[in-house]
Amino acid sequence: MSRRRDMHRVRWWVYLIAALVIVIALGPIVWLAIASVTPSEALLEKPLHFFPSQLDLSRWHAIFTQGPNSPAGGFRVAMLNSLIIAFGTVVISLVVGIPAAYAFSRLRFRGRRTALMTFLATYMVPTIALVIPLYLILANVHLLNTRIGLIIVYSSFVTPFVLWSLSNYMDGVPRELDEAATIDGAGRLRILWSVLLPLTRPGIFAAILFATLLCWDEFLYALIFTSTAASKTIPVAVAEFSGKFSTDFGLVAAGGVLAALPPVLIALAFQRYLVAGLVSGAVKG
Amino acid sequence: MTEATVEVATKPRRARREGRTAFFLLLPAVAVVIGVVGWPLTTTILNSFRRVESALPKAPKPFVGLHNYAYILSDSDFWNAVRNTLYFTFFNTGLELILGVGLGVLMFQPMRGRWLLRVAVILPWALPTVVNAAMWRYYMNADFGPLNALLVQTGLRQDYYSFLGSGTSAMNSVILVDVWKNTSLVAFFVLAGLQVIPKELYESAEVDGAGSLRRFWSITLPLLRPVLAVVLVLRTIEAFKVFDVIYVMTRGGPASSTTSLALYAYKTAFSDQLFGIGSAISLVIVLFCLSLSLFYIRALGGSMGPEQS
Repeated sequence: MSRRRDMHRVRWWVYLIAALVIVIALGPIVWLAIASVTPSEALLEKPLHFFPSQLDLSRWHAIFTQGPNSPAGGFRVAMLNSLIIAFGTVVISLVVGIPAAYAFSRLRFRGRRTALMTFLATYMVPTIALVIPLYLILANVHLLNTRIGLIIVYSSFVTPFVLWSLSNYMDGVPRELDEAATIDGAGRLRILWSVLLPLTRPGIFAAILFATLLCWDEFLYALIFTSTAASKTIPVAVAEFSGKFSTDFGLVAAGGVLAALPPVLIALAFQRYLVAGLVSGAVKG
Repeated sequence: MTEATVEVATKPRRARREGRTAFFLLLPAVAVVIGVVGWPLTTTILNSFRRVESALPKAPKPFVGLHNYAYILSDSDFWNAVRNTLYFTFFNTGLELILGVGLGVLMFQPMRGRWLLRVAVILPWALPTVVNAAMWRYYMNADFGPLNALLVQTGLRQDYYSFLGSGTSAMNSVILVDVWKNTSLVAFFVLAGLQVIPKELYESAEVDGAGSLRRFWSITLPLLRPVLAVVLVLRTIEAFKVFDVIYVMTRGGPASSTTSLALYAYKTAFSDQLFGIGSAISLVIVLFCLSLSLFYIRALGGSMGPEQS
């Protein structure tokens, strides 16, 4: 009897705390979207009305119609830059990372473990220690303020990530399948292509999601390597604008919502994938 | 039996052949990583022993020995950045760990609508760091900030407060903003750790009359230790490198009170054009992260088991 009542009381508290957590986590994000459609005068009111009496869609309209050198139009162009850079980086990292992941998972060679750990260690080298020489190199080869420049640089930290998580994933695919295919006369490339890759598809998918998020969130390289409208990424655009025009928060909010849209949609749609990938990538060896 | 003999006989040749294949398969990845990480890192190390005051490739870069290191060690701004970074790292990681364990346990509870809680928790983590910083910078604005409006309108405060206006308050605000976003990550690690703890342990403890607090201390926490160790090291490394959230929220101010080591290295190199000294500062961050990474890799090695070594 008493135990049941005890459990009941715990449940009640748990629900209350859960509701509080949901409000704290979602409140600021939801209000960012509200602010993006609140008239600027209403944002400056005191006391502030958290739910505006009328909607103002002018900022969203400006984002989709104004020229690339206006702040609003700049968000649209920066968004496109970020999409292209994320796509290019993910493609390069997969092309380079998948063969390497296969080698680590399936082949025995001297220094295998050391090489794997070295890749993992490069993933952890702080950006700030690489940014100065990379700036000089990119300036020399005329790749500053280009999307290609950022794609190459981003591949350096996305590739080790792809390699590490995919070689872990391939370790989970039974070797007997490879052996059976070898007996059938298939070569290594053929086995990788038609046996391993189809079975690794969920792992590749999770790696693509994570790699996209990694590129999307990167700021320091983009801040230093891109300053023109044609190359700037969306985090740089948001950071710049929030510093320059701190009084028109509505447009910052609209840019922020735009920037948050891809990662938030990914998180909502693939929550299970992400959580599983996140944890196994870091914990499993 | 025969199969095993064949295996042993061909092993050295097979290993050599596999080594060659592995070399070619790894070549592209090695090229990318050496070109974009290895080479620049080497340059940074070399530059930390030189006076580099121009970004032009032909500019003179005289060798100055340990001068740059001697300079930063006697520079009060450097020690200020070290103090700020340690303060940020300690409180940021500490809060995330404590709140993350709580949140992980909460998400593990068998309650109705649990999916909603999990969705809500993953969203701050999905928000780009820069968007998070720009958002809170405005929410905390001393004149129009909605956070101020909320605090005053609910009667928690009498007047608007300048969160980012004074040193300690600015630093604590930046920490809280980062905690708001990244506690989710810790919570999901904890949740994953909880899901593999066998339920029988709790059942038998309950039979023995252990209360829920007691069960948490003597079953949950000890079994979560490996997960907590990993996430602690990962978050400490991230926190020690902190740049984005501070750059957007305060630019290191007011009066350098939120300048982290990464921000200080950035300013020294790109505002003051002292690339040699900037390199030396950034290597201090590398050394710290590297030693923590080694610790992390060793911890991973321990959990990998002998069959994979």
